[in-house]
Amino acid sequence: MPLDEISQQWIAELSAGGVVCDDARARLHALLLRGARAEVNRRANRFVLAGVEVDDLAHQAADDAMVSILAKLETFRGESRFTTWAFRFVVLEVSAKIGRHFWTRRPPLPLNDADWERIPSVFGFSAEHEAEWRELLDAFRHSVEVDLTEHQRRVFKAIVLESRSLDTLCLELGTNRNAIYKTIFDARRKLRAALVAKGLLQEER
Amino acid sequence: MNNPIDLDAFLSTDSRDVGCEGAMALLHVYTELYANDPDAARTTYAGIAAHLAACEPCFDDFQGLLALTRT
Repeated sequence: MPLDEISQQWIAELSAGGVVCDDARARLHALLLRGARAEVNRRANRFVLAGVEVDDLAHQAADDAMVSILAKLETFRGESRFTTWAFRFVVLEVSAKIGRHFWTRRPPLPLNDADWERIPSVFGFSAEHEAEWRELLDAFRHSVEVDLTEHQRRVFKAIVLESRSLDTLCLELGTNRNAIYKTIFDARRKLRAALVAKGLLQEER
Repeated sequence: MNNPIDLDAFLSTDSRDVGCEGAMALLHVYTELYANDPDAARTTYAGIAAHLAACEPCFDDFQGLLALTRT
């Protein structure tokens, strides 16, 4: 795919030697740092981050994004502008670093009876309408206990009951976002299939 | 307390969903197209659109990149 003029210039200068390359790297780092600051600030209020912490995370994200970009420069194919491609590294670095920043080692535990007592409120089922949802919830619990693997149950509990973010869970379980997402995706399909088979939910549209 | 989760919606999955890796691999391409023409992005990359609709952290990354492309 042909590169646009500005992207072409970035690639040429970053691939050149000497002063041209040094200057392009400095400009790229400044751009990444500006992007990282904006992205950390965008997320900061959700995580009570401020001042030095924000700037420290932004610097780390920009530095690590820079290393990744330079290592992968040859893989840039011009499907987007160079700067959009580069900013993607910044966003992913900020995302990962904020996850790590707030990570405390607290592996999810298996579901117990107390957890199941909380399930109706999690799904917005009120006590006065229990007659309407009791059968559905009993079937749901049965399917969670019988159809899901132990790993799926732990991930389900962490996400549904404890509202833990995928990224935090990745760190706790030593895996990646895609693997956790796939775990919960497969669990949702299994649970829906079981409830559809019992006539308690409709097939997906 | 968090807002209740809609059980039916929670148990809904989209077979076009490309997953986190698939979405992140082309996030820059999707985002740039989306910035110019959201419908074209959703149609051309239906698997990414399906994923972003279902995965909150990836959607957050998309929002961040979209904001940066507009600066």
